[in-house]
Amino acid sequence: MSLKASIPNYVFRSAKGLNREIVTEISRKKNEPDWMLEFRLKALEIFESIPMPSWGADLTDLDPEDIYYYVKPIEDQHTQWSDVPDKIKKTFEKLGIPQAEQKFLAGVGAQFDSEVIYKNLKKRWSDQGVIFTDMSTALRDHPDLVKKYFATVIPAHDNKFAALNSAVWSGGSFVYVPAGVRIDMPLQAYFRIDSSQMGQFERTLIIAEPGSFVEYVEGCSAPIYKKNSLHSAVVELVALPGAHIRYTTIQNWSNNVYNLVTKRAIAYKNARVEWVDGNFGSKVTMKYPCIILAESGAKGSIISLAVAGNGQHQDSGGKIIHLAPHTTSSIIAKSISKDSGISSYRGLLKVIKGAHHVKSKVQCDALLFDDISRTDTYPTIDIREDNVAIEHEASVSKVSDEQLFYLQSRGLNEQSARALIVNGFIDAFVQLLPMEYAVEINRLIAMEMENSIG
Amino acid sequence: MEKSIFLCIKNLSVSVIDKPVLYNINLNVNAGNVHAIMGPNGSGKSSLAYTLMGHPHYYITAGAVILNDVDITTMPVHERAKNGLFLSFQHPCEIPGVSVASFLKEAYSAVTGTHISVADFQQLLLKYCELLSIAPAFIGRGLNDGFSGGEKKRLELLQLLLLQPKVAILDEIDSGLDVDSLKIVAAGIALARQENPHMSVILITHYQRILNYIIPDYVHVLCDGRIVSSGDAHVAKVLEAKGYDEFKSLNS
Repeated sequence: MSLKASIPNYVFRSAKGLNREIVTEISRKKNEPDWMLEFRLKALEIFESIPMPSWGADLTDLDPEDIYYYVKPIEDQHTQWSDVPDKIKKTFEKLGIPQAEQKFLAGVGAQFDSEVIYKNLKKRWSDQGVIFTDMSTALRDHPDLVKKYFATVIPAHDNKFAALNSAVWSGGSFVYVPAGVRIDMPLQAYFRIDSSQMGQFERTLIIAEPGSFVEYVEGCSAPIYKKNSLHSAVVELVALPGAHIRYTTIQNWSNNVYNLVTKRAIAYKNARVEWVDGNFGSKVTMKYPCIILAESGAKGSIISLAVAGNGQHQDSGGKIIHLAPHTTSSIIAKSISKDSGISSYRGLLKVIKGAHHVKSKVQCDALLFDDISRTDTYPTIDIREDNVAIEHEASVSKVSDEQLFYLQSRGLNEQSARALIVNGFIDAFVQLLPMEYAVEINRLIAMEMENSIG
Repeated sequence: MEKSIFLCIKNLSVSVIDKPVLYNINLNVNAGNVHAIMGPNGSGKSSLAYTLMGHPHYYITAGAVILNDVDITTMPVHERAKNGLFLSFQHPCEIPGVSVASFLKEAYSAVTGTHISVADFQQLLLKYCELLSIAPAFIGRGLNDGFSGGEKKRLELLQLLLLQPKVAILDEIDSGLDVDSLKIVAAGIALARQENPHMSVILITHYQRILNYIIPDYVHVLCDGRIVSSGDAHVAKVLEAKGYDEFKSLNS
């Protein structure tokens, strides 16, 4: 598509590919402070200096030069749902956003393309000093807070795609929870990739002050496009002493999306962080949520689910780094491979010298649907302390003809039988989801099963 | 009044990957009757059970199976279940994470085609659990996951009570049980027959001992894939006294 072609749906779209001018333009369009522009340009240099990763999933078909790095929708930001244009509402409907949307609408901040077009924060939260906004607005309205924490958990040089995100980030959420405030309803954000070939580089930062609690839930979906699309987000969580953050993601990208995401949390004294991470769809996913347990008494848990179908590689897992004594962690990673799909568990468990009385449990369970699908496990365990309790378990099971026959002999057709087996396998994951999401997951599983008979 | 024939097996021959396992089996089972099928290991007893239920590995090379006037010879497995056929498995599968209760509710809805509220179903389940001396906590566990042999058999019986089939094939439901467990299982079968008097039973067993508790109307002896002898309950006594070798020699 020619750049000169008239594209009425977009106010502004940058040229394909990436250089200093584009990065400068992105920053200028957003009226960003100088330090952010400098940060972006430095990140661009880092991105250009790091080679593409040669480990993990195959990225040879991904060309970062063939992507639009910034698209701003014509619709401006909305604070009232009634002001949101019908076209966008219809898109939400198509995404099948169900009761969750209805029920929590008042608190939804949703990202449409690269820009947040709708946000509404419940009054009682803002009365409590909670900030829930998009990252660009936060940078404008709360510059000191953003500057204090931005890129402190994931620096630009962490990896190639973190550097890319740092250079071109746009959108994403900013959440700040003051000390002692417990938000009793999950904050939710829906977002999706909308324009062909357009990368989406949202940047999310959550800061939980001492003794606070917040649950953040994001669900993603994307329609099918002809060209490969890149999604490369960065999510940083800061759990200050005694704080508790739960971050839940259900992603259902279309089968041509490269989903290369860096997620990391830092947990201070007696703080607790949970990553709940469900990965459906995409062509390639590389995502390993990480928790750094920085001070004593901190707790971290990662529970993930990956479903890899035909032409898909889900390379996911989790990383836990114990830097302090009396810290505990768990990783439960579940994967389903079907129709020649590949799922890999890639994990790191690290305990430094001096981090005594650490407890950790890692459990990876893989379910194979057939003989042509594949699962691999790459666990790295690096323990430098003797006084620790570490458990590691891995299992691979296959949906067997005998299981199917047993369930069919009780009146279930093949599709229902497979769905029941899968629902049993993912039960431990679904238990952790808010109810509307559990319903959504069951629907996704049923859809996946429809496409896998034969 | 003459009883209608519920299950009719006509000239049935079966192969597994080109290897014949059953030859020309004929059997008519009337409503409410109990047919015991006895035979040594490898005689084809379980092959018959799996074939009747429609296991994809068992290929029917000749003959037909008629269930209540419906030809089910090529019918998909789940349709057979909906038409009133039930198989109690010798080794029921373990399906972790699926609770007994949710599995049973799904099976109940699928087989009976009726929707039942969670509360009503719970009540129905608890009633049958009590009849079978099953602790209510049992139904919250994963399906057969970590169950003892006796627990698995009892869960099969619970399904027999719940699904009320027209024809129940019980494949070695007595295997691996001590005398006390055997009595519980036999009492469960008697209860199922009482609750569902028109149900006919095909009781597949290696040993005569369960037939002391459930008196069969007919006994068939299966050797090397053929029915070599049929008669009343007396046949089982002869078997017990003389062993299978006596019958094998009948096989020409």
